[in-house]
Amino acid sequence: MSANSINLISGRTIQQGVAMEGGKEKDKYHKACGIIEMDNEDFKKLDIMKNTNVSVTSSYGSVVVKAIETTQGPHPGVAFIPMGPWANSVVSDETYSTGMPTFKGTPVFIKAAPDERVLKMIELMRYNCWGEKQ
Amino acid sequence: MTRTITDVVCPFCGTLCDDLIVTVSEDGKKLLDVENACAIGAEKFLHTQASDRVTRPRKIQEDGSSVEVSYDEAIEYTAQLLVNAKKPLMYGWSSTSCEAQSVGSEIAEQVGAIIDNTAAVCHGTTLVAVQNVGIPSCTLGEVKNRADRIIFWGCNPAHAHPRHMSRYSIFPRGYFTGKGHKNRKLIVVDPRTTDTSSLADVHLQVEQGADYELLQALRAAVRGQELTGDIIAGVPKEKVYEAADLLKSGRFGVIFFGMGVTQSLGKDHNIDAAIMLTKDLNEYTKFSIIAMRGHYNVTGSGQVLGWQFGFPYSVDLSRGFARYNPGETGSIELLKRKEADAIVVLGSDPGAHFPVRCVREIANLPSVCIDPHITPTSEICKLHVPVAFVGIEVGGNCYRMDNVPIDSRKVIEPPEGMMTDEEFLRAVNTRVSELKAA
Repeated sequence: MSANSINLISGRTIQQGVAMEGGKEKDKYHKACGIIEMDNEDFKKLDIMKNTNVSVTSSYGSVVVKAIETTQGPHPGVAFIPMGPWANSVVSDETYSTGMPTFKGTPVFIKAAPDERVLKMIELMRYNCWGEKQ
Repeated sequence: MTRTITDVVCPFCGTLCDDLIVTVSEDGKKLLDVENACAIGAEKFLHTQASDRVTRPRKIQEDGSSVEVSYDEAIEYTAQLLVNAKKPLMYGWSSTSCEAQSVGSEIAEQVGAIIDNTAAVCHGTTLVAVQNVGIPSCTLGEVKNRADRIIFWGCNPAHAHPRHMSRYSIFPRGYFTGKGHKNRKLIVVDPRTTDTSSLADVHLQVEQGADYELLQALRAAVRGQELTGDIIAGVPKEKVYEAADLLKSGRFGVIFFGMGVTQSLGKDHNIDAAIMLTKDLNEYTKFSIIAMRGHYNVTGSGQVLGWQFGFPYSVDLSRGFARYNPGETGSIELLKRKEADAIVVLGSDPGAHFPVRCVREIANLPSVCIDPHITPTSEICKLHVPVAFVGIEVGGNCYRMDNVPIDSRKVIEPPEGMMTDEEFLRAVNTRVSELKAA
């Protein structure tokens, strides 16, 4: 992996679960899922400021999320986006003939994107599917 | 005046807690309070009362706005879509009852669909591994009453199954486990330090994606073989020996495993190794293994498809008989190959939980989303059909993660005029029969 790349995994958080059941169209959902969690060391290595928006890019897509210090860590060299449309904009869809995408273990590049905003769920879906940005 | 209903089943995760207490208004139309549920379960019950809930089917327009249609129109649209498609995909089924799943299977057979459940992106590789090597398993009741060694491998129940540890695996005092958590030893295997691993006696912080290597090392250590190298899959060799000794010294142990093993590289081979580790440990003590199933009735969907067609997920009925080959007939590969020409989603949200390439494909297909919530899927489908919440507004049979069937209960009335998913599917099935006969 190159200097600004990191290994991405996704998964459940209780905040994501509560927000999901409370309505995925609500602000709570994009605040719970439109984030990327990283260790302090990785923030330094990637030259990214905490609590700023970043662009996460893989071979499978790109998404803007807010970078925050990990809530469950440390996990050096691993970044975490809670499961949801933001994580799935960049995870590997490769199944290696098993039918199961590789939701955990996608190399991603991260760069600061302070001028971009994190899209809300409906905006993100429309942008990802039809390229419409509001 | 209010009424209190006890022993209510929670329709959120595969733990299927059955000790909730729900307070409803005297007329049974309003849900006022939920006790004993975790934060996620409580939110699900309370969300039924949302003032902005969608109560009638709606067609989504190209500009994102929606137009309300009647249930009759929605039934006709869904039946026509299925009958006119050559290879429709009927996906989801994990957040509904076995009764609705049975009707769905009947429709799929009539129209020659591919019928798949959320195991496709969850524990599908587990099901493949079980077919490869079998599974020595037990119920959660046995875990509560007997288990003194617990492994959580690639799962984080503190967040994903919040009451699992307090009801079954770590804290409860059972028949042979009278001292509760004091008698239980916990090993957590996770590349992250998590809220679950903070409770562990041993945390093996495995290198992400190297679970297979660690599982095989643990098997060797259990058998007393020498391990080469100081660090194995990111874990110091001594810790692997320590974990092996801890496991062998117990009277009854259980491995719970989750997405960390099923979705990482190695996939079904990881589970093969985990099951073989369970088999090996039975040479020394008693051991079982249980998959941490996510949706409250994904296990039931596997059961229904199993008894209808002989396969637990990714069943292709397009040739008039059941075929199963997840790497080919699974939803992900099907959508990637652009092979499905219509999609019906029920009780799941692939819009949120499929990789973006597959989501894009769904957005371009004739599509119906049957779901009580507004979801990423409902926003990219052509028709959204809201239905009553199973387990809250209508009862139905569900299977817990350990394959124990539990009847969920109705506690309140759905909004007036709203159909249940079983009623909607039955109406679609009848209409499909008529169209096929014509």
